[in-house]
Amino acid sequence: MSRLTSRLPAPLARLAARLTTHFTSHRSQGIFFAIVALGILLPILSRVPPFGALQSINAWTNAFTIAVIYSILAIGLNVVIGFAGLLDLGYAAFFALGGYTYALVASPFLNIHLPFWPVLIIGAIIGAIFGVLLGAPTLRLRGDYLAIVTLGFGEIVPITLLNADKFTAGTIGIGGIDKPNIPGLYNFDLTNPWPFYILVLAMLAIVVIVVYRLEDSKIGRAWEAIREDELAAESSGINTTISKLQAFAVGAAIAGFIGVFNAAKLTIVAPDMFGFVVSVSTLSAVVLGGMGNVVGVGIGAFVIYLIQSVFLKQLSILFTQLSIPILKDIDFLQFQYVLYGAALVIMMLRRPQGIFPARRRHRTFTDATGNSK
Amino acid sequence: MAEKAGVVSVRTERAPSRLLLPLVVVAFLAAMLAWLGLTQFLNALTLGAVYALIALGYTMVYGIIELINFAHGDVFMVGTFVSMFVSGTLLKEKNGIEDISALVFGLVLVFVITIAVMAVIGALIERFAYRPLRKAPKLAPLITAIGVSFILQNAVQYFFGPLTYNVPQIFPVTWAFMVGETRVPLLNLFVISVAAVLMFVLQLFISRTRTGRAMRTTAMDRDASSLMGVDINRTIMITFLIGSGLAGAAGVIHGLYYGNTNFTIGFASGLKAFTAAVLGGIGNTAGAALGGFLIAFVEVGAVVLGFSRWGGAVVFSLLVIFLVFRPTGLLGSSTGDRA
Amino acid sequence: MSALVKGFASAPIMLKARGVTRRFGGLVAVNSVDFEIPKGMIAAIIGPNGAGKTTFFNVIAGIYAPTEGQIELDGTVLVSPPRGEGRESSVLVAMIAPFALIALWSLIIVGGDAGFYPGVAAVVGAMLAFIAGLLLNIIRPAWYARIVRSIGIYRPARPNDMVEAGLARTFQNIRLYKSLTVLENILVGMHVHLRAGFGGAIFQGRAVREEEAAAEREARELLRFVGLGGLENELAKSLPYGNQRLLEIARALAGRPKLLLLDEPAAGMNPKETAEMTALIRRIRDERGVTILLIEHDMRVVMDISDRITVLDHGEKIAEGLPAEIRANPKVIEAYLGRGAAAGH
Ligand SMILES: Nc1ncnc2c1ncn2[C@@H]1O[C@H](COP(=O)(O)OP(=O)(O)O)[C@@H](O)[C@H]1O
Ligand SMILES: [Mg+2]
Repeated sequence: MSRLTSRLPAPLARLAARLTTHFTSHRSQGIFFAIVALGILLPILSRVPPFGALQSINAWTNAFTIAVIYSILAIGLNVVIGFAGLLDLGYAAFFALGGYTYALVASPFLNIHLPFWPVLIIGAIIGAIFGVLLGAPTLRLRGDYLAIVTLGFGEIVPITLLNADKFTAGTIGIGGIDKPNIPGLYNFDLTNPWPFYILVLAMLAIVVIVVYRLEDSKIGRAWEAIREDELAAESSGINTTISKLQAFAVGAAIAGFIGVFNAAKLTIVAPDMFGFVVSVSTLSAVVLGGMGNVVGVGIGAFVIYLIQSVFLKQLSILFTQLSIPILKDIDFLQFQYVLYGAALVIMMLRRPQGIFPARRRHRTFTDATGNSK
Repeated sequence: MAEKAGVVSVRTERAPSRLLLPLVVVAFLAAMLAWLGLTQFLNALTLGAVYALIALGYTMVYGIIELINFAHGDVFMVGTFVSMFVSGTLLKEKNGIEDISALVFGLVLVFVITIAVMAVIGALIERFAYRPLRKAPKLAPLITAIGVSFILQNAVQYFFGPLTYNVPQIFPVTWAFMVGETRVPLLNLFVISVAAVLMFVLQLFISRTRTGRAMRTTAMDRDASSLMGVDINRTIMITFLIGSGLAGAAGVIHGLYYGNTNFTIGFASGLKAFTAAVLGGIGNTAGAALGGFLIAFVEVGAVVLGFSRWGGAVVFSLLVIFLVFRPTGLLGSSTGDRA
Repeated sequence: MSALVKGFASAPIMLKARGVTRRFGGLVAVNSVDFEIPKGMIAAIIGPNGAGKTTFFNVIAGIYAPTEGQIELDGTVLVSPPRGEGRESSVLVAMIAPFALIALWSLIIVGGDAGFYPGVAAVVGAMLAFIAGLLLNIIRPAWYARIVRSIGIYRPARPNDMVEAGLARTFQNIRLYKSLTVLENILVGMHVHLRAGFGGAIFQGRAVREEEAAAEREARELLRFVGLGGLENELAKSLPYGNQRLLEIARALAGRPKLLLLDEPAAGMNPKETAEMTALIRRIRDERGVTILLIEHDMRVVMDISDRITVLDHGEKIAEGLPAEIRANPKVIEAYLGRGAAAGH
């Protein structure tokens, strides 16, 4: 930061310095403005060559929306893995639970049509409940049992959704899910991607602010203490089981929360949308972005999604159109999964802290009167 | 570390007595035979052989380096593809070799090559993916293992596609004899005996050889056995060689018996085999074998009861219940970590 | 029983261990040790390596349940051997069983469509009962602990319970939160004194902000007290060894303990650092009124600051008394020389 500001003319530098101080002590405002800026910048960027040539602005906006969904998912998983150091390999299951919650209560399937907004909260609560459901039996055991139980859970949830067709419509999934609306003001509509885009950014802002505040609280410090040294944490008075359950519940709640939005955005949920691949790609995003770094994992997921859904697809189309030998036969989309695996292995071996290592926040002491020193 | 266990908290060693265990096993088998009927009973035993062989790899690796080797199920899956390649492409065999000497030759070749290839792959994974992380925080090798699993799965998918392949069933499925009204295929008996022999040899190896003893002492206390002159790297590598080789054998058996394979089968089988290892008491090889057969009976039982689609869910619930009520498994004893 | 020391004769007892035994398999690491410390004392435990000193600490701190005996802190018995563990599973089974039976009955015996919905409902019920039972088991609200105690189920205090009761400790091999900052390490140590929950953390009301600011003030004050002022934003792992020991002590003090356990606080320190550590330990007692129990091998430290010394050997208490008495005790000399000679000291 200081390197950047030193090159600016004096008044600007002073402004930058003041903004920095301001947003350090009012971080939530900083997050809000950063996300607003990002929201404005992304659509502009998508018009710039070569991005503009790849797809239409509406397609880009849709892609950004979904990419932010995965960012939020990664930020939630980061609470579990990055903060508390618990390996959750079935994270997609909570995402699915949020989605199916909304699908069941807001679609022609059961012919119930609850409004979107309260279900967002319900989705988060259901996620949290299942997080506790899964965590309670396992979190008191050695840490790696959690990994296998979550892996199993991540497998069982789609199987259940598939087989319990009386409740979930089985393979076909539940379609025609209601779109959100603001009563009397605005109805969301599939041809216009912008409201979804704005809504998901707002949700991102909420999640980031909540997660940052938790990280800086007694609860978040307890998570990090457990990650660093569980026995020492217990000897600092932390009830590690409860603290781990909290991390698990918060992570699951975030997945449920964004799962509801995901269902509303796609208007359909089906079991195969929530397979192991989703859990692993989210994990890859967390590992690549830097475990424990909220912004890093968000960026990681965003970029991974864009690479897989926009660039690799376009690359395959491009090579096919140009009929370049060999390259045109490679299905880059298939290849991405090997890349996820390779990313996990290589990062762990070479750069376990991720691309954006988590940094500790330096505190400048502020006493009750607001003077900093 | 403090005693961490299920509700039951820590239980000190309470392994069933030597006499009790075989009795219970025999009684259980008799009950299952009576309930399932001979055909399903043999079916469960065969499936159990596959799970048991995979579970051995999990339990040995966990016992020695405390790593859940998530890639192990996929090592098994690759094993099925290797056996398909050996019997189908290399030997150009079709189903059912009726000529005895050709059959023996073919079987030996398929088993030996698959086991060898998988052993080497397993050891390579250990060498390059896990060994550098032996001193790293626990999360690191676990994540790496997931990565390796994903690489194996999707590499196979990349080269073979998502199709389900037919694996030549070189052991003739038509060979059978009758017990009363029921037809007993020789294939089942063959497969079960191969698994039994492998497990027996493994037990001998672990209990009788120098290397086997080194494996056991390393599992108990790595630093101490290193001080006593055990070559830790070599011991761990041999553990992976054996574990992955057994998964390869399971792959061959799977191919012979079910006659097909697909890049996804490693995941579910791996999960079930791991459950088997936990059930038996992780780190305990006899327990893993026991758990493998138990899981198979649960699964086949679920099919008989008409819950075939829920087999996975039942096994998973079993895992959770075991972790709560008896985290040390059927044959396991609690290990006290140090503060 | 124990030799009371002048000046402490009338002081109330801070910690009392009665007949504490801890076995690991066949090994008896601590063997029926009786022990007590009056409030305000600095007491030391010495003994050869493997004598069971750390294990005794771990029993006091709630990390290992004692095999026999009990621990009383400031007048309350907090730790004694667990009882009725098997029965605890039965409680859980009893909660699940009715639902499970109904589920099996409707799904398998009734079967078909008639049994389907009741069956599913019962499965869900069983799951909820399972979770409710487990959560009770984990969280152990006081009423639950009381109820199960009436059927003979008792679980000793966990380390975190002991911290809430006023105990704090350091470890023989330093266990800091390495990639947290120095300040954050202290804030974690204050865990039991912070009230903010989820709501507070998320909505950051005035009370929460004030609590955090006060905690931070206290943390900085503590760091100055142990001599780490100005290092607040360093990572714990970047501190030199001696400072890490100091930080661990500061973290323990952050829990505002009545009794502080120090496991070899001066191990690996040079003479200057050792002298500073000795002074610090004395200041902790004198200025903060914390009772101190320490394990130490460095005899200069032990003889210098201890009001009373207890000697363990092979898990047993072989001597107890004033530093001068211990120095002259033939049993102690033998324990040290016998073992020390064998270990090549
Ligand atoms: N968790 C444990 N499991 C088995 N044995 C242990 C454990 N902890 C300590 N011991 C044994 O108990 C004895 C006492 O150890 P310890 O209390 O660490 O001694 P000290 O601190 O006096 O050097 C030693 O023989 C040690 O090996
Ligand atoms: Mg010690």
